[in-house]
Amino acid sequence: MSAVSTNVNPENSFQASIKDALLAAFLTGVLGFYFLALRTDIAPGGLAITTRWGLWLSAIAIVFAGRLLLNLFVWRTDKPITRGLASAGSGVGTALPDLGKWLGRVLFAFAVVLPFFFIIFFPAQQRQYIDLAILIMTYIMLGWGLNIVVGLAGLLDLGYVAFYAVGAYSFALLSTHFEFIGFWTALPLAGLLAAFWGLILGFPVLRLRGDYLAIVTLAFGEIIRVVLLNWYEFTGGPNGISGIPKPTFFGLEFSRGEGGFADFFGLEFSTIHRFVYLYYIIFLLAIITNIVTMRLRRLPVGRAWEALREDEIACRSLGINTTNTKLTAFAIGAMFGGFAGSFFATRQGFISPESFTFLESAIILAIVVLGGLGSQIGVVIASIVMIGGIEMLRNIGFLSQIFGPGFDPTQYRMLIFGLAMVLIMVWKPRGLVSTREPSAVLKEKKKIGADMVAQGEGH
Amino acid sequence: MSTTAQTPLLSVRGVETYYGKIVALRGVDVDVNRGEIVTLIGANGAGKSTLMMTICGSPQARTGSVIYDGTDITMMPTHEIMRLGIAQSPEGRRIFPRMTVLENLQMGAQLVAPEHFDDDLRKVYELFPRLKERAGQRGGTLSGGEQQMLAIARALMSRPKLLLLDEPSLGLAPLIVKQIFEAVKELNRTEGLTVFLVEQNAFHALKLAHRGYVMVNGNITMSGTGAELLKREEVRAAYLEGGRH
Repeated sequence: MSAVSTNVNPENSFQASIKDALLAAFLTGVLGFYFLALRTDIAPGGLAITTRWGLWLSAIAIVFAGRLLLNLFVWRTDKPITRGLASAGSGVGTALPDLGKWLGRVLFAFAVVLPFFFIIFFPAQQRQYIDLAILIMTYIMLGWGLNIVVGLAGLLDLGYVAFYAVGAYSFALLSTHFEFIGFWTALPLAGLLAAFWGLILGFPVLRLRGDYLAIVTLAFGEIIRVVLLNWYEFTGGPNGISGIPKPTFFGLEFSRGEGGFADFFGLEFSTIHRFVYLYYIIFLLAIITNIVTMRLRRLPVGRAWEALREDEIACRSLGINTTNTKLTAFAIGAMFGGFAGSFFATRQGFISPESFTFLESAIILAIVVLGGLGSQIGVVIASIVMIGGIEMLRNIGFLSQIFGPGFDPTQYRMLIFGLAMVLIMVWKPRGLVSTREPSAVLKEKKKIGADMVAQGEGH
Repeated sequence: MSTTAQTPLLSVRGVETYYGKIVALRGVDVDVNRGEIVTLIGANGAGKSTLMMTICGSPQARTGSVIYDGTDITMMPTHEIMRLGIAQSPEGRRIFPRMTVLENLQMGAQLVAPEHFDDDLRKVYELFPRLKERAGQRGGTLSGGEQQMLAIARALMSRPKLLLLDEPSLGLAPLIVKQIFEAVKELNRTEGLTVFLVEQNAFHALKLAHRGYVMVNGNITMSGTGAELLKREEVRAAYLEGGRH
């Protein structure tokens, strides 16, 4: 025992931990005395002081216990339990190329059957769940779109929501002004317009990088929103645009009665049909985004994006036109944002500038960063966790028992985002999925492998 | 080759380059003939890298001209200059750290017709067998010497007529420097590749090169064959004595 204790750093000793915890508890007692132990209430003739010793003491006890446990198991020990967490995380990282592929397939298969899964297993809440799935899928698509700009090309864009807004307003204005333009006609137009605005943003910021680029894109996002808010005659200002048509299924509307979708297929009318249809639209759009991105990554332009993220000067010295490379990244990213925007407009039936605040940009960016810059599957996981997870908190009964009946977890979204960010940055500073899958592999991989083994060099 | 042997492949005439108001090159004349290895030596801050970058068009020369293969490239944007058959291994190597070795090489071949890729890849792997072993590894995880090999190999993948090397020996062990210089020599001998080499490591560079230039304060002060320069008293005193090699 004595031999062991001589080896132990005195900082790590049990007494030191207790002492530290006591000090923290004492400070809590002092600081909390006026906030927790005493409370003034309005009473007839002035203020009355009520004491809450129980609350005060429990706060002290919690701080003492928490500090002591952290001291013993994390901060002042040679074997912190968090080390296991970190290594578990990196273990996932190294095994990821295979795991990611596998996980991707499972998620894809689940996403294909998802509406029917909800209809069969949760008939009571099917509408709510499918709606949530649509929301998550929208964010996945936005995340994938932004991933092109931020994750692949390495251009920090804080104003991505501007393109989402351009897409939404393009569709809303086109469809409300011209009756013959439906969702499917407007969709490519909205994408093109958003891409055009991507170019417009791209030109002035070509010379900027990093912080400066971020600030200009942030301003751009705000400019678009403020213009939408103030150009009353064109955009309806703060009143927004309502009466945006719903998408049709090859001309069939999802309405009750003659000529509707249900009537045509001889089904019983149900509002859920429209939700399922909306889900598949956004699913299709998201998958297109993913396929195009993955495909582009293997083409010269996609490789140039990644090289641009790594080193702009080296890119130029290899004969890559960095101007065009940046502009294509902005335009293609913006185009997908525009697609998602027109989907948003048709789903809501009503849009106003309020939907396109900086907060949206921040959420999309947070999804991309949390998921791991450049990782497609990371965006999916981050969207499910950040959007779906928070919505799900609403349904958990005991939370409102703890925090009071008026507790709405979505109000704390930013707080949870922030906390998740901090945790991720501590444990996985490059995001949940930090391994980058090479876009090129040796064609003769197997052959070399066999040669090596034959010569006894394989491992 | 024989008809054009008289005109230099790269001809720098009276080039003055400024960083804002600060003058970095004060009228530099340099010629690089076809099939030659030409080196430019000089102390820190003499303007060697600036000349290299001026040839590549960033920054552009304020006066004077840079003629490559009969084309005036003085005011061309960098990426277009690189498309004419000049390849550069920039100072500090600047490989793409998160991309694999193979992807780095692919980036180098961006401007070349895809059917050449496999052949060219085989050639650079023969030149630097270490890169073949490391093909699937991320560039940033390579050692300094391997990164330098990768930077040169990446430049070669663009099938250049003129290879610009900016301080390839920077921060490398003498043995690795020797390997890299051997490879450059080999390329020059077998493929007839023209090389313009900027170096601080004057001894090795002059031994390797056919001709050399010495730059002081943005001026070319001496020129001659490598062997001549090595013998010159001023060169020895300024760049070679005192264990500099």
